[in-house]
Amino acid sequence: MSALGELDPQGLLVSPIDLKTTRSSSDRIFRGVSRTAGLTTLVILFLIGLFLALQSKLAFQTMGWAFFTNTGWQTTGAHPQFGVLSALYGTFIIAVIAMLVAVPVAIACALFINEFAPRQILNFFPLKNFLIAMVDLMAAVPSIIFGMWGFFVLQPKMTGLSRWLSDYFGFLPFFKVSGTPVYTSSFLIAGTLVGIMVMPIVTSLSREVFSLTPVAEREGAMSLGASRARVIRDVIFPFSKGGMVGAVMLGLGRALGEAIAVTIIISLSFAPSINITQAGGNSIAALIAFRFGSGGPVGLSGLLAAGLVLFVITLAINLIAARIVRSSANG
Amino acid sequence: MVDQMTVKAPPEDIEITGEDQDVKERKLKPLRPKEFQPVDFLIFGLSVLSTYCITWITFKQLTLLSGALGFVVVWAVLFIFCYWLVNRQLFTKQVAIDRFIASIVSLGAFLMVLPLILLTIFVITRGWALLSPHVFTSTQQGVSILSKSQTAGVAHAIVGTLEQVGLAALIGVPAAILTAIFINEIGGRFTRVTRVVVTAMSGTPAIVAGIFIYAIWIQAFHQGYSGFAGGLALAVLLLPTVTRGTEEVLKVVHQDLREASIALAAPEWRTVWSVVLPTARSGLVTAILLGIAVSIGETAPLLMTVFGNKVMNANPFSGPQAALPLMAFQQIKLPLQSEINLGYTAALVLFILVFTIFILARLLSGGRKRGGGFSALRSRIFTASVGSPASLMNEGNADGAEEAFDNIISRETE
Amino acid sequence: MTVVENNAIKKKRSVGGAGRLDAMEPTAGEINARGVYAWFGKRLVLENVDLLMEKRKVTALIGPSGCGKSTFLRILNRMHETIPIAQLAGEVELNGVNIYDPKERAAAARRHIGMVFQRPNPFPAMTIEENVLSGLRFNKIKGIDTETVIEESLTKAGLWNEVKNRLKEPGGGLSGGQQQRLCIARGLALRPSVLLMDEPCSALDPTSTRRIEQTIQEISEDVTVVIVTHNMQQAVRVSDYCAFFLAAENEPGRIIEAGETTQIFDHPVDPRTNDYVNGRFG
Repeated sequence: MSALGELDPQGLLVSPIDLKTTRSSSDRIFRGVSRTAGLTTLVILFLIGLFLALQSKLAFQTMGWAFFTNTGWQTTGAHPQFGVLSALYGTFIIAVIAMLVAVPVAIACALFINEFAPRQILNFFPLKNFLIAMVDLMAAVPSIIFGMWGFFVLQPKMTGLSRWLSDYFGFLPFFKVSGTPVYTSSFLIAGTLVGIMVMPIVTSLSREVFSLTPVAEREGAMSLGASRARVIRDVIFPFSKGGMVGAVMLGLGRALGEAIAVTIIISLSFAPSINITQAGGNSIAALIAFRFGSGGPVGLSGLLAAGLVLFVITLAINLIAARIVRSSANG
Repeated sequence: MVDQMTVKAPPEDIEITGEDQDVKERKLKPLRPKEFQPVDFLIFGLSVLSTYCITWITFKQLTLLSGALGFVVVWAVLFIFCYWLVNRQLFTKQVAIDRFIASIVSLGAFLMVLPLILLTIFVITRGWALLSPHVFTSTQQGVSILSKSQTAGVAHAIVGTLEQVGLAALIGVPAAILTAIFINEIGGRFTRVTRVVVTAMSGTPAIVAGIFIYAIWIQAFHQGYSGFAGGLALAVLLLPTVTRGTEEVLKVVHQDLREASIALAAPEWRTVWSVVLPTARSGLVTAILLGIAVSIGETAPLLMTVFGNKVMNANPFSGPQAALPLMAFQQIKLPLQSEINLGYTAALVLFILVFTIFILARLLSGGRKRGGGFSALRSRIFTASVGSPASLMNEGNADGAEEAFDNIISRETE
Repeated sequence: MTVVENNAIKKKRSVGGAGRLDAMEPTAGEINARGVYAWFGKRLVLENVDLLMEKRKVTALIGPSGCGKSTFLRILNRMHETIPIAQLAGEVELNGVNIYDPKERAAAARRHIGMVFQRPNPFPAMTIEENVLSGLRFNKIKGIDTETVIEESLTKAGLWNEVKNRLKEPGGGLSGGQQQRLCIARGLALRPSVLLMDEPCSALDPTSTRRIEQTIQEISEDVTVVIVTHNMQQAVRVSDYCAFFLAAENEPGRIIEAGETTQIFDHPVDPRTNDYVNGRFG
């Protein structure tokens, strides 16, 4: 500030006033309290990471780097052997299946609501708003309810599909079964359920992104005779790329962290197999839910370590998603 | 030279009376070009029908494939193909592709809505028969495997859920609003970091929040299971959601109003308390309700903080408590049908609770062009851009403040 | 070359202790701006502005858009500094007290120097009554007869008859012209010495404009008015004195000429003033 100055008519240097804003005491209290609240959030996040790290020390001391390569979960006894690999693998597989199920349906639904749905059917039923409300409601349904529905309704229906896939497409490694196959409690079913849970989030976010397409561009394309599908492909998608990716990543973050639905469906198994239609599976969140309370101090520490891994992964995904959306919004 | 032309006077017998005009007006009907002509409906209907028949034949008579799911899938695929083909033959390729995309997209929407409908039917039908007044007043106390009476209820879970969510809101909401005020109204060096941190935190899996509170509160502080611990875990989940929501809602308050308040010599906290917050009131309510809705349905963090209980524990500060989602989770794993039914009941009560909050949120913030409610807020949080009129009285570092005041500046310096 | 440090740059502000503005009585005031410079970041937008705005008179700031009139106005009530990158130099004296003296609080200045903005901005979450009283509430002024104040302020703003039966309705439910008069009433309720108006009619229709011009003439008997306007006819109708601002390309804004309105418009001294008031450029 002191470097700034202009010459006035007398040739003397004029410098800006140093304005120190003064505050009344009530304002200072107000600012202090708000600032404290803001910093508390920072502190809490830091604490989460810190405590998880501290409490998982025992696990890392016991296993060392093998924590990341071991697949079993034997945490009691003289020589505990456990590792997060199978849980990590399972988390990943379930997330992939969930995304494969959710993304096409979600994007299609978002397009339908924005571009194709008539505002009203039969002149009185507000279709568009109804659909938006439906998607909204679906995103608010608790995961336990999804889990129950998945267990009692979806699973029985899907075992037939699993069997069909294994019978006719068994040459593909994912569908190849061994032994006497049991088709319930599989990755496929769990992944599908998680996908259904994640669909509404991706839909509403994508819809929002699509509706941000500037009307001018859209009208430009239409005035050149583009059909709706064309407008979608050549105007909306290019514009919404970043936002869509961000929406999908946020759904992915949700899918990675889902505990209850997976726990209800899956039957816990530590042997990571490529097959997804047979019973048996794992995921970090489910592992914690299943094994919480057993395994003694080493077991608890191991679970906390696994939780730390999950926390770091979801954190990274969320940060990347935010970065992508922001850079595409500004670009 | 132009011949003189006689201008014919209008025929005397035509009189435009008021009545005539009305008749004329009544005959005018506004028109909108319709995309789907009757012939299109015919094409659609015939495609549906014919593909149904083909599928039926394949399944029933030739029995190449079987199963209800398979039937529907094959029918859908055939229909889309047939519809495309017919349109291609009758109309142009453009129309065919357009209709093809339309049918795929409609299928997508249908697939989205279907699980929701099935789910709602499931929850309601399984739980409805079991609902009766005493369900709301009794607990699982004294109910054993041998007792045949239907005396178990979910009262203890209801109380537990209400207390836990209440505590979470009590802890989380004021902190969240203050944080949002800090980010949006006050600004300063930590704004950017805080906002990033809040965004990152909002993706924390529920189970991680649960074990975090377990590790700190129950292990390190040796507190034992309690409703309060559950409330803490839920607060960790609720805080980022409400903060981001409030932040977005505050951004919408027009800068003009803050300026008017300053011009009236109001101190900063006054501006926030008397002008900004009241103006953003309905959005604030939505943000808070969103946080509550998120907390109510979470099961995972409760597993390891409140632990569950079969009897009523109305004291959230000591001893394990029950909670609706937790109870549902625990009950359905048990062998007896009566126990599973209790789980259905808990689930139904939970569903009704969530649905009520949902409707409340819609009503309180509805009427906006995007329909209001949770998804509008969530979407706005998601697509929030960086540049925004952040703080008015900061010492110079709020992100994007320069862009925000470009209006004022460019008016004066172009 | 000596460095003239205006207003004791290095003097830190003492905490506590009322400045002279805090103790000032509400009375019509005269504002004297001396040697005012303004920057946005490194860019100088106002250079060496000197202007005396007389007590109980209406002074109009005229000139093409973008030459710093609004910036100057905002300097008069210490709103300029609310923009983070804004800086200024010079003195602004209200009845002899420099409002930029380090001992004076910004809020104290704004209490005596009110502002009405270009777009009407009544507080939507308050009723009409509450809007009028909001300034008194913000400044913790107690012990006054609220009903009298409401009626007086609304009457002076020319709105009383239209809203006297709906004082409890929300402030946002009025027409544009009514909203702007409500904002004027809100500002008047504080009994300021000066009322600043930043193009108050530009967002309104001609009838409302006329009504507000009437209001301006009525209130100028109690309150000094400084008004920024693009509309030269308005300046002629409403003001006693005029200051003509101009900024050449890539130059900061300056006052070219100032004086009685009749003189500026009938016999302008500077040729640029002549061109402007005769509509040769906008």
